[in-house]
Amino acid sequence: LSSLSEVQVCLLVAALLFSIGVYGLLTRRNAVGILLSVELMANAVNINLVAFSRLFGGPDAQVFALFAIALTVAEVAVGLAIVILLSRTWKTIETDQARELSG
Amino acid sequence: MTALELAGIAVPSVAILVGAAGTVLSRNLVHSVFWLALALVATAGLFVRLDAGFLAGAQVLVYAGGIVTLMIFGVMLTTRIEGGPLVQASGGRVRGALIAIAVFALLCVPILGADFGGVAAAEPAPAPADLGRAFLSDFVLPFEVLSVLLVAAMIGAIAIARKTDP
Repeated sequence: LSSLSEVQVCLLVAALLFSIGVYGLLTRRNAVGILLSVELMANAVNINLVAFSRLFGGPDAQVFALFAIALTVAEVAVGLAIVILLSRTWKTIETDQARELSG
Repeated sequence: MTALELAGIAVPSVAILVGAAGTVLSRNLVHSVFWLALALVATAGLFVRLDAGFLAGAQVLVYAGGIVTLMIFGVMLTTRIEGGPLVQASGGRVRGALIAIAVFALLCVPILGADFGGVAAAEPAPAPADLGRAFLSDFVLPFEVLSVLLVAAMIGAIAIARKTDP
């Protein structure tokens, strides 16, 4: 581990965090659980941006990270609205049971 | 890296990964949300270590303060409370684990292969004032577009979740 640079350690942590998010996204059956996994993946991207900001200096990377945070907020708001609509229509938020289109 | 420098990264990193694992593995949906809060706050700690203090503040305010609260509301509004714990189902664990490991391996190849040692910081870490200037000079158009997008997302969310048709 000591041969790795600081940025590499951060990138590895972010990669692991992203993979955990992928695992949650694929295994969760609950719509809110899926949204939580998406949050983990978005967070991994932010860690990458900040790590590269540390490497190169200057404000650009951190500005991008702030944009990403704001976009995540919009995503959560719309996602939760869809989940609430789902629960009202099917009385459940288990995504396996909402299969009107697949027959 | 000295041991102290390594600890500054390792402690928040371990907390992030523990929180993330708890988020995807916990059987109780409310526990999942609180594990996510741990991961997000620990990320703010890592940001402080990486000289991004303003982002750490924004992270705590927006994620831990806003999104976790929203998620709790989402759980309470969509799940019928019947006295028992809010158990959530998971499926396809083996398949999911295989794909996640494949993604991690794929991401590791360029990270471990690249040489970051020779790159020195061209400029010092930005102060909050530098971020503000960047927002209102170079990035003023994306900044305004983002404001419109946020308003559109909020109005859209209200329109989607509204109870009655107009």
